[in-house]
Formats: sequence, C-alpha cells, structure tokens
Amino acid sequence: MNRLFDKTFWGLTIGLVGLLALNFFLEEWMRSIGLQSLSRGCVAIGLLILWRTGLVSFGHALFFGFGAYTVAMMQILGVNDLFVLLICGMATAGFLAFFLGFLLRKYRAIFFALLNMAFSMILYGVLAKAEWLGSTDGFGVKQVSFIGMTPADDMYRPLLFVCAAFFAYISAVGAHWYLKSTLGMMTMAVRENEIRVEYLGYSAEKAIHVKYVLSGLLAGVGGVIMAVTVGHVDPDSMVYWPVSGDFVFITILAGTGNVGATFIGALVYELLRTYAFEFAPHLWQLILGGSLLLIIMFLPDGLWSIRSELRNRRELRQAKRDSDNRAAEVRR
Amino acid sequence: MTSAISTSTVRLVGVAVAGALALSAGAALAQTVKIGTPTFLTGAAAPAFGIPAKNGVELIVRGINNGELPAPYNTKGFAGRQVEALIYDEAGGGTKQVTEMRNKVQKDNVDAIIGIISSGTCAATTALSEELKVLTIQTVCGTTRVFEELNKDPKYVFRTINTATANNVSAARYIAAKMKGKVKGITGINQNYAWGQDSWRDFRLAMATLMPDVTATKKPQFPKIFSGQYGTEISALSRAKENLVHSSFWGGDLEAFIGQSSARGLFKRKLFVLTVGETVAYRLGKKFPQGIMVGTRGPYGMYVANDPSPINAWFQKEYRKAYGEPPSQPSYQYAQGYLAGKFAYDDAAKKAGKFPTTEQVIASLTGATFPSFVGNVTMGLSKGHQIVTDDRWGVTVWDDKKGEMVLEDVVIFPPGCVNPPNGVKSADWLKGGMKGAKC
Repeated sequence: MNRLFDKTFWGLTIGLVGLLALNFFLEEWMRSIGLQSLSRGCVAIGLLILWRTGLVSFGHALFFGFGAYTVAMMQILGVNDLFVLLICGMATAGFLAFFLGFLLRKYRAIFFALLNMAFSMILYGVLAKAEWLGSTDGFGVKQVSFIGMTPADDMYRPLLFVCAAFFAYISAVGAHWYLKSTLGMMTMAVRENEIRVEYLGYSAEKAIHVKYVLSGLLAGVGGVIMAVTVGHVDPDSMVYWPVSGDFVFITILAGTGNVGATFIGALVYELLRTYAFEFAPHLWQLILGGSLLLIIMFLPDGLWSIRSELRNRRELRQAKRDSDNRAAEVRR
Repeated sequence: MTSAISTSTVRLVGVAVAGALALSAGAALAQTVKIGTPTFLTGAAAPAFGIPAKNGVELIVRGINNGELPAPYNTKGFAGRQVEALIYDEAGGGTKQVTEMRNKVQKDNVDAIIGIISSGTCAATTALSEELKVLTIQTVCGTTRVFEELNKDPKYVFRTINTATANNVSAARYIAAKMKGKVKGITGINQNYAWGQDSWRDFRLAMATLMPDVTATKKPQFPKIFSGQYGTEISALSRAKENLVHSSFWGGDLEAFIGQSSARGLFKRKLFVLTVGETVAYRLGKKFPQGIMVGTRGPYGMYVANDPSPINAWFQKEYRKAYGEPPSQPSYQYAQGYLAGKFAYDDAAKKAGKFPTTEQVIASLTGATFPSFVGNVTMGLSKGHQIVTDDRWGVTVWDDKKGEMVLEDVVIFPPGCVNPPNGVKSADWLKGGMKGAKC
C-alpha cells in the first residue's frame, strides 16, 4: 500500500484539491490557460514515459491530433458527451499507437524521433488535403454534455475544468504507478543496457511497445481536453510539427524527474507564451526560444531539478556543519 | 446545500472584488474604446498582408481620433470616445487565436474585435465571439463557411469584405465579357489548403456556367503551401493545352511563383488571373508582370488609387505620406472594418442619446448601409451581417509617369452580380448556374 501511496501521490492529490478550490476564484482567461496546461501536461507525461527509456518523439501531435479530431468527428456523428468522447479519443489514439508500435519499437534515438514526426506529418498532409476532413480550416467543436447533463452557461467552463483536472489527475497517478512498477522501472534499464535486459529474460521491444501505447493514450486524453477547451480543431494547431515541438519543449522545461512537474512545466510554458505574445508581439518566438536555451544551459534537468538542487545544497551545508562540529569536538 | 451557500458566498466576494476593480479601471479609462486587432505580424503572411493591414489601422485610428477624416466621419473617436487599438499577432494557428481572443476580451477588456486575415482564424473564432458576446468585425477572411455553416444565426459577428466566392465569380464574368474566343480552356495553380481548394472550385463552377464550351483541366496544380519552388508545376503549366491560368497564391509563395515564372516566360505564353495578385504588385514594382488580371476582392488598393471620393483621397494621400508607398488591399480592408465600427458606434450613440451598449451598436450595424472609401456599402447578406460590395477586374500595365503599376480596361461588377441572393448558399448558387444574379 505504502509503495503506491507515496509522496508523489499525495502531492498530486493536494494539487488536484488545490485546483478544484482555485476553480471558484479563477477568471475565465486564467481558467482557459489552466485547461490548456492540463491538456498539454497530459501529453508531456506521455513523452516523459518515453523519455525515461531515452526515447524522444518529435511526432506526438499525431496522437494529440487523433484525440482532438475524434471529438470533432464523433460530434458530427451525434455523440456529444464528454466522457464518451474521452473514451473514443483514447481508444482511437491508443489503437493507432498500438499498430504503429509494432514498427516503432524497433527504432531508437533519432530514428525513433523522426519516424514519429514522419507519421504525424502524414496525418497532417491527409487532413490538409481532404475537404471532407475539414481541410486546413478544420471543424468547430460544440459544447459537450457531462453524463447527459447540460449545465447552465456560466457553469459550463468551471465544470469542464473540474473534469479536465480529474482526467489529468488520473493520468498522472496512473503514469506514476506505472513508472514505479517493475515494468516501468525496467525501461530505465533498457535505456542503460538493452542487451542485458534481454538476458534477464525480458523483452525490451515489448516494454517499449507498452510505453508507446501508454504515451499514445495520454496524448489522446490531451487532445480531447484541448478540442473541447478551444472549441475548434484544425491541422495547424493540432497536428503540425511545431505542436510536437511544444510538447518536447514542455518536457525539457519540466524535467523528467516527476510526473507532477510536467503540469508545472505546461503552466509555465502557457504563461510564458501568453505574456511574450502580449509584450513582444513581433518577437514572441524569440523569447520562447531564448527561455528554452536558458533552461538547457542552467537547468539541464528542468524545473524539477531546482528542488533537488536546493536539497543537495541543504545537505551539503548540513554535512559541512557536521564536520565542523566534529572538528571542533576533536579540538576540544 | 452548504456547498451551494459557500459557492454563492465565494461568488459574491468575487463579484464585489471584480466590481471594485472594474470601477477603478473604468474611472481611468472612461474615455476610450478598446479594439483588439489581430493581424499577421510574424511569418509568411506578414509582409504582403499583415503589415499593410497594421499600417492601415494605425492611419485610420489616427484619422478617427483626431477628427481628420472627411464627412460624415469628421467627428472625433467612436461615439466621441478615443479609440485604442490593441494590435496582436495572428500567427500560430486556430488554437492560439482562440486563446488570444479570450485573453483580449477577458483579460484586457476590449470592447470589440476588428480584424482577422486568415479564413482559418475566422472559422476558429466565430463561435467564441458569440460565446463571449463581443462585437467582432472580420475584415479579410473569405471563407463562406463562417455564415453558411458555422454561425448560421449570427448576432455578434460581422464581416466587412465580400466572400471569396464573389471574387472568383467576378473573375469569371470579366473573362466571359472581355476574352471570348481568346480562352481555350482553363487550368490553375493553387495552394493545397482550404483557401486554394475553395478558390479553384468556385472559379471552375462559375466558368462552367458562363463559358460552358471552355473546358477545365482535370489536373489542376495543387502544390504544398509555402513550398517556394514551383519548377515542376511551371513546366506542367507551360505544356498544358489550356491557355488561362487561375491562381489564388498570395504572399511569399506568389512572389516566388512570379519570379520563377517570369524567368521562364510563362506570363508571355499564358493568360493569368491572380485573385489576390494586387497584394504584391506594389512591392514587386516593375518586376510584376504586365497584362495579367489581378483582383482586390472589392473596391480597394490599386483599383481606387485615382478615385476622387473624399475619404479615399484622404486615405491615399495620408498613407503615401506616412509609409512612403501606396496602400494595397489589406490596408483598405482593415480600415473599412474600422469605418464600419465608427459608423455603428456613432449611429447607435445618436439613437440612444448617450454612449451605446454593444447591443445597440450591433443593432445599428445589422443590415446597415454606410459610406466607405468609394461610395456606400451595404451589410446585405446573412441576416445583415455579411457585406456586399462591388468587385472590380482589370489588366496590369506599368505607368512610367507615376512610376507604379496601374490597371486598364477595368470593369466594375455591382454587388448583386457577384453575390448569391440573400439566403442562398454560395455553393448551391454556383452549382445551380448562379440564378438571380443582377448584373
């Protein structure tokens, strides 16, 4: 039991409670930034799972877009319930990841990263060229219902925020438990020495396949949340390669130390983008790029490393004090 | 029950705080009308579209705030209040634009949105404008989907430019009127995305009705957007048996295409229709091909460079003075959005006897006929939310004396000639042979 309900679990739970409380005070534009952070955070957890094995994907917008487009297409078919849409979005993204996984699990490093990108760009090409798929204009996404309930207008977005927070919470806790399980831990061994893992009797490819499907599912969740939040899907903001880049950006920003950190990373990214956009309308891309550079130079392990950095310093100081004390005692 | 009480208490406190903030903010800013204006400040659409649009806005806002414009716009501001334009970048896709519009309305408290270039942005933000109940005047985007599919019963959203359909219909009418016998089949090169696909389809359908014996190619060229290299497409167009080329290229792609085609003499061998060609004509100067048809989607830019109407004369003179170049279509189209705003605010204030509410402004703009740069324009379609203007076509020729490109052989098509009757969908109208057109 204690293995499951550890510090991170309680941290995430407190985070969820905090979000739900905050929901009452948030102004609408802040709630909107929060919803987008939750969405991108879910995808970034998927990337984190892959990252622990040393795999980087430059194409997770593929699954993100699949989740988002599933929402739009299901609405055209008449399905309009958030929970049904979530399950459908996860299912399509998950199935796609399952099938692509058979191929992608054979590749590592840059080949893995770019193959993912290639697949996402194929989807982009198909969406942009097919008029019946909305072409570059995409589709509008209508307001959804919640298990059959349609809330009053002013309660709609707060309720959406509650649901998104729960989805993100479940995703994060699930991912955390997975990473702590034998299968999850093993993938770190895969990164260090694949051949040795095979000798121990595990299949590295299968382990990676599982990871890939999980990351696809999480990206699907993110896509569903984003589609409903924004009320619109189009290939340029859902599937194009810079979107995948955003997710990698967030993962680097947050660091891979902890699943909770990805949401902080996503929030910092959203705020950075919003304010860069506001204060430097001609140069906002430069500010984003510059901050990424600074992060890589000064915090190579992401925002989460601030915490361990502080702890290390405290321990160092403590150790120094201890040794000073001991030296003083000896002198005495 | 407890939770409901605590919720309402929390809300009450929130409302009180927000109210206090609003009061203090309101006291400081009582005399301005804030307008959010998205336009491309970065990326491929900035040089030919975004920056001229921004220049047009800055000029017209100066004119409105100082009362410099000729009558009937010679009063200061919108309904007496100074206009503050918050210009922001339209780059980054639909999701980004939805977020930004929300920020502008809910964080910066703008009173209205005037702008938007890309059809993608219009499609993405239309529902949001209605949800946020913010007056939105779309100025450049041409997709018919805005009022025919996405927002069939508009209240807060208006558009002060003809649809893309009108532009392609008038191009076909010009060809039918001026080039009978010269055209032996049509082909096209358009970017492979919504704008390019729609443009080619509308043009082909209009031509099929007006010149049924002219055949359209079965293999129109659809290169990728922003590809910049058109070697193979130009070869294919040179060899094609059809002798008229339709293109809705714009921005950097258009400049690249013109450069590469000129080098290979394509403009001498084929007739050309460039539906938004005027956007780069001034920029390229003498390098822009002569003897081709260019469009401005209405009475804007090159087509009205010499029009003596007072508002237009003011705009031409001041724009050239401020920016050292003539205004092209985006400058006009954005400025026209602001004129619509001024008309609606002033008219609503006159009717209300005080500074109007958004609802009163909307009532004034719905179905209105207001003076623009060249004569009156009418919000004639989609329940009074979609403008109809005339559309003009002519052929480019270099004017040595003026040192700039001008147009000759210009034909003006009245609004009813190029737009479907009220209530008819553009696509149905085109497929049905454009019945009810008044030319």
